[in-house]
Amino acid sequence: MDSQFEPKILAFVCNWCTYAGADLTGTSRIKYATNVRIVRFPCTGRIDYNLLLRAFAQGADGIIVSGCHPNDCHYTSGNFHARRRWMVFRQMMEYMGIDMRRVKFSWVSAAEGAKWAEVVNSAVADVRELGPSKAFQAMAREVA
Amino acid sequence: MTSYSLTHENLLKLIVAIAVPGREVYAPQRRGEKTFFAPVADVKAIGFDYVKTAESPKDLLFPKYQKLISFEYKGAELEVNDHAETPPPERVLFGSHPCDAVALQRLTDFFSRDIADTFVAQRRDALTVISMSCTKADADCFCTSTGSSPGDTTGSDILLTPSGEGRYYVESLTEKGEALVASQRSLFGPSAPIDKEACLSKVEKKFSPEEIAEKLAGAFGDQIWNDASLRCIGCGACAFVCPMCSCFDIQDEGSYKKGARVRCWDSCGFSLFTQHTSGHNPRPAQSDRWRQRVMHKFSYQPQQYELLGCVGCGRCSRACPADMNLKEQLIDIAAKVNPV
Amino acid sequence: MQALHQKAQELLESGRAKVIIGYGSGSGEKVRPVFVRNIADAPKLVWDQRCRQNLAVYLAKPEIKKMGMPAMVATPVVVRSIVQLIAERQLKCFELITLVIENAVVSELTDNAALEAYVANHPVVFPPPVKKEIETLAAMSVEERFKFWQDELSRCFKCYACRSSCPLCYCERCITECNQPQWVDVAPHALGNFEWHINRAMHMAGRCVQCGSCNIACPVGIPIALLTIEATRFVEREFGQHAGTQCNSPAALSSFRVEDKETFIL
Repeated sequence: MDSQFEPKILAFVCNWCTYAGADLTGTSRIKYATNVRIVRFPCTGRIDYNLLLRAFAQGADGIIVSGCHPNDCHYTSGNFHARRRWMVFRQMMEYMGIDMRRVKFSWVSAAEGAKWAEVVNSAVADVRELGPSKAFQAMAREVA
Repeated sequence: MTSYSLTHENLLKLIVAIAVPGREVYAPQRRGEKTFFAPVADVKAIGFDYVKTAESPKDLLFPKYQKLISFEYKGAELEVNDHAETPPPERVLFGSHPCDAVALQRLTDFFSRDIADTFVAQRRDALTVISMSCTKADADCFCTSTGSSPGDTTGSDILLTPSGEGRYYVESLTEKGEALVASQRSLFGPSAPIDKEACLSKVEKKFSPEEIAEKLAGAFGDQIWNDASLRCIGCGACAFVCPMCSCFDIQDEGSYKKGARVRCWDSCGFSLFTQHTSGHNPRPAQSDRWRQRVMHKFSYQPQQYELLGCVGCGRCSRACPADMNLKEQLIDIAAKVNPV
Repeated sequence: MQALHQKAQELLESGRAKVIIGYGSGSGEKVRPVFVRNIADAPKLVWDQRCRQNLAVYLAKPEIKKMGMPAMVATPVVVRSIVQLIAERQLKCFELITLVIENAVVSELTDNAALEAYVANHPVVFPPPVKKEIETLAAMSVEERFKFWQDELSRCFKCYACRSSCPLCYCERCITECNQPQWVDVAPHALGNFEWHINRAMHMAGRCVQCGSCNIACPVGIPIALLTIEATRFVEREFGQHAGTQCNSPAALSSFRVEDKETFIL
C-alpha cells in the first residue's frame, strides 16, 4: 500500500450521542487520526443510505456511521430503524461487490469520548490498508 | 456500386485485418439467449446465424449516455472540455442487417436537420457499415412493410449477401466501402451475377407506410388506442431497443468542483415524459403515450420530415414484456381505422 | 380452461366483475395479458404452463381501476403479490375477485385467510437456472461479485422495464424521478446503474414476492431478479418476515424488533 495514502473518511453521526461523544474526545484532549470529516444529523434514523453512496461517489475512501445505543435514542426508536436499514444495506452492497470493511457502524454515546477515538483510529487504519476506494472510482470515472 | 465475391474464410481474414489498433470492430456476438453488437476479440465468436440483436447499433452513433461538456476545477484553474472537439474513434460495424443500416442512415439524416448534431455526424463519418443481407427472418420482422427489404443497400457502405457454398456476393456501395475493399483487395474475387432475391429470406408485406399514414391522419380521437394500450406497462424497452428512437434527456451531473452536462436516452412511454413543471401532463394516460409512439413514427415524422420512423426490425415486439407487438397493432390499424 | 371460461362468463353476466384480467393468446407461442369485458370474449382466456407473468402489476393502473371490479386469474406469484399489496394498504381483499385454478377447478379466494392459506400451500419455487445463479453468486468473493455485476449492469440502459413489470413498484413518482435532490443519477453509466439497482433492491427488501417478472422483462437479459430476491430473502432470514404471506404485517424496513441481531456494529 502507498505509505503516503491518507484515506478520506466521512462520518455520519447523530447529534445527541456520537457528536457529543466526539466533543468529549476533544475536550479530553485525546489525540486521534485527523482523516475524518464529521456530518451531524439529528438521529441515525435520518441517515439515508443514498448519502453513503454519494460520499463514495464523491471520493470518500471510508465511512463511519454512528449513533446512540439501542434504547437510548433521543427520539426513542430512530436507531432501531437505522439498524435494520444498515443490515440490509450492508448485505446488498456486499452482494453487489462493494467491500463493506470500508464502512464502520458504531454506537457511541455522549460519554464515550475514548470509544470515538478508537472507532476513528480503527476505521482509518483499516481503510489505509484497503487503499483508495477503487470500486467507486471506477464507476464514477464515466460521470464527470 | 461495384460488386465482388468473398469466401467465408476470407471474410474472417478481412475482419481480422481491419481490426487494427485505433479502429474498433463491432460484430454480433451471442451472450446467453441473446445476441449483441460488441467489440470483436475473437472472430470465431461472431454470430452469423442470428435474426436480430437484442439492442440496435444506434449506440454507435447516438450512445445511451454521452458527455456533451465537462468542467473541472484544478486548484483555482477552471478547465472546460467541449466533447464535440474530441474526435470519436474509427469504427467498423460488421454484420448489421439492412434494417439496421437503413435506420442508421435515417437517424443521421434526422440529426442533421436544422442545426446539425455534431456528435452524431462525427460518429457517422468515423463509422464504416458492413451489413449482411437477411437469409433468416422471424414473425416479428416487417421490413417490407416499411419500404425496405432483406437485401436493402440503403445506409450500408458494403452489403454482403450469402450466395451459397460458403461465398458472399459483395456490393461495395460508397467511397468508404471501396476504400475498405482496396485495403484488402487480394481477399476479394470477381463477382458472378447472382439472383440476389432468391438468396434472401421472405418477409411478407402486411401493409404500406402510406396506407398507415392515411389511416392515422384522422385517428387522434379514435377509440382504438384505449384497448390497444391496456397491457402496456409504460417502460422504455421498446424505445431503447429501437434503432430509430432518438428522444433524449439532458442532465447536469457532478459537484461544484467537477461535473458534466450529459445526454441519455429517454422514452415517450414514460409517464413523466411530458410532465410540465406546473404539474400538468398533456399525456396523462398510457393510451395517450401509446398513440404518440405510433403516430410519431408513422404519421408525424413522415409528414414533417418525410422520414418514416420505423424500419420494421421488430426489436420492440421482441423486447416488450407485455407483448404489445407493433406489427400486429399496425395491421389492426390498417384494418379498423376509418381514414379521414 | 372450460371452467375458466364459464366462470368468466358468470362473473360478467352477474355484474359481479366488470373486467376479467387473465392470459390470452399472444404473438406466436406466447401468452399475453388480456382484459375481458364482454361475455363473448371469455373464451379468449387461456390457462397453461406459459402463464407465468405477474398480472398483479395491472391492479395499480388507473385505466384498469376505472373499469370497476376486476377479477384476476391468479398464479401463486399473483396471489403473493395481492397479499403483499393488501399488507401495504394498496388493496383490500374485497376490491378484487381472486380466481385460482387447481385441477381444472376454478375457485375464488374470498378473504384474507383464504389468500394466506393459498400462499402457504404454494411456496416460492425458482426455476433451476435461477437457483443455480443464486448459488454461484453466493460462492463468489466480493471482488468477483463486483466484476459480475459491473459486467451485467454495463448493458443496462435504464429502460425501467424491471420497475414497470413489478406489482410492488407502484409509486407514482419513483425516486429516480425526483430531482430535488437528484438521488439517483439519471444517466445509464456505471454509477447511475449501480445507484438505481441498489435503490430498487433496498426498496424491495421484505416486499419482493420473488416472481421473477423483472428478469423476464429485462430486454438485455440481465438477471436483475437476483438483486431483489437477495434483499427480500435477507429480510426473511434476519427478521422473519416473508413478503406476500401475511395480509396484516408491518413493513420490514419501517418497523423493528428490539432484539434484531447484527454482528457488525462496534
